[in-house]
Amino acid sequence: MSFEQLVFYAFAAIAAFAGLMVITVRNPVKAALWLVLAFVSTAAVWILAEAEFLGLVLILVYVGAVLVLFLFVVMMLDINLAEMKEGFARYLPIGVLVSLVVFGLIYMVVGPEHFGLAQFKPVEHGPDYSNTKEIAVPLYTQHAYAFVLAAVLLLVGIVAAIALTLRRRPPSEALYQDIDAQVRVRAEDRLTMVKMPAEVEPDLPENKEEEEGAK
Amino acid sequence: MFATLQHWLSGWMWDWLAVLITLLIQAVVVILPIMIAVAYLTYAERKVIAYMQVRMGPNRVGPYGLLQPIADAVKLMFKEVVLPTQSNVYLFLIAPILAIAPAIAVWAVVPFAPGWVVTDIDAGVLYVLAIASITVYGVVVSGWASNSKYAFLGGLRSSAQKISYEIAMGFALVTVLMVADTMNLTKIVEGQQGGIWHWYLIPLLPMFVVYFISGVAETNRAPFDIAEGESEIVAGFHVEYSGMAFAVFFLAEYAMMILISYMTSIMFLGGWLSPFEGIPLLETLFAWVPPFFWLAAKVAFLLFVFLWFRATFPRYRYDQLMRLGWKVFIPLTIVWVFVVMLMHYFKVGPWFN
Repeated sequence: MSFEQLVFYAFAAIAAFAGLMVITVRNPVKAALWLVLAFVSTAAVWILAEAEFLGLVLILVYVGAVLVLFLFVVMMLDINLAEMKEGFARYLPIGVLVSLVVFGLIYMVVGPEHFGLAQFKPVEHGPDYSNTKEIAVPLYTQHAYAFVLAAVLLLVGIVAAIALTLRRRPPSEALYQDIDAQVRVRAEDRLTMVKMPAEVEPDLPENKEEEEGAK
Repeated sequence: MFATLQHWLSGWMWDWLAVLITLLIQAVVVILPIMIAVAYLTYAERKVIAYMQVRMGPNRVGPYGLLQPIADAVKLMFKEVVLPTQSNVYLFLIAPILAIAPAIAVWAVVPFAPGWVVTDIDAGVLYVLAIASITVYGVVVSGWASNSKYAFLGGLRSSAQKISYEIAMGFALVTVLMVADTMNLTKIVEGQQGGIWHWYLIPLLPMFVVYFISGVAETNRAPFDIAEGESEIVAGFHVEYSGMAFAVFFLAEYAMMILISYMTSIMFLGGWLSPFEGIPLLETLFAWVPPFFWLAAKVAFLLFVFLWFRATFPRYRYDQLMRLGWKVFIPLTIVWVFVVMLMHYFKVGPWFN
């Protein structure tokens, strides 16, 4: 077994196990963290297949941003675990049936006779091969319109999400901070320096006597 | 050197074991100096801030207090790690590991001098960005697992903050990639050869500022350390941690600080290139200086700036912090991407050769 194979099987096993844990673990925060592990090990497998751009972007986008936001939401939920366990036995038969069908379908498509190192020899690339360039060139030439369209769709999604959650209440109901005005404030607007002569308190007579006594 | 070691090892043991042993030795060679640097960065921080505030700083353990970080480490190692009741013990203990593991793993692609790099990969910049983005899990998970409101608030704050500033950081790096035409960190440094006026600092000055400030925010350092916010949420995400578990968070934070300084030096300040390159007399005068010294000097200066910030600025308010990230930095970076694009297209400027 070569080192590459060892690494592949290790990460593949971790990914499969983590995927299993995502759907079996009861605590949603833990499920999200298992999903993180699944993503990271999948990224490792991709990098092993010389798709380093996809692997690193998977970590950067999904692990570094999307799942953090996911966790953000899930952590704030108050989840009743007993309620979630309800109905497990009732839905078990149909769940098993569906999973068997899906497994059968996947087995038919990517079973051992259609898939594996024997059918797909790993493509050897020279040291100058850049996966990033390989993706970038068709993306910005052949598929430029589709790419721009996807970007516009995402933008619409962002606008929609903001429009749905934005709720500007009248100033009588809520106080808003105008940060721009706050930032523009200078010390001169808030603070007045007043020059005044120093006041010297005259010494009290008792103090004088004490001082003289000390002498 | 490591290639010959691996070759010699594979002569009398399994291939994969030889690779593994070589990797382990390489990891130790990189991690050990970083850990020592982290220890002495804490000392430097206390000394620098002390002198800025007209105090002495640590001066009891060893000459000039030089053994203070070692004393701190020994103390923290022998303290009990308190597990809060009702906390999620596994996640509570995994969180510090999640914080430090990426902070160390990033160093696999950082070049220290020509040829001094563990793996010289093509997607170096992307790797650093991706792995550094995982550090947020340490904070988030520790905040949730501690079963404490303060820690939870700290975790939420820092997750939102890190994601926001990562975008600005990514865009700032995109401009560097556009100018350098490569994602390989070694090649980015080599692209800045030819004197101080060839450094990417000059065409990308706003990006340099954005990157460094975002870096300060990414590492949760003052003035952006609202994840800790003593006056509001005690110590934020690590309020329930004690002993070595707390120390590991500290190590991760300081390792990330050093990393941000390294990345800024490599991207914008010419990495290990001498600032006197191309200047007739000075170039020959400083020719004997090893390249690593220049990089270390630039990194040391940037780290000093980190400490300087902490001693100078008051903490940002949370909404102001978000405004700075989303409404100032991100538009600025997007505009600068276009500026660089136009400069590239019309071949403006001496830096594109």
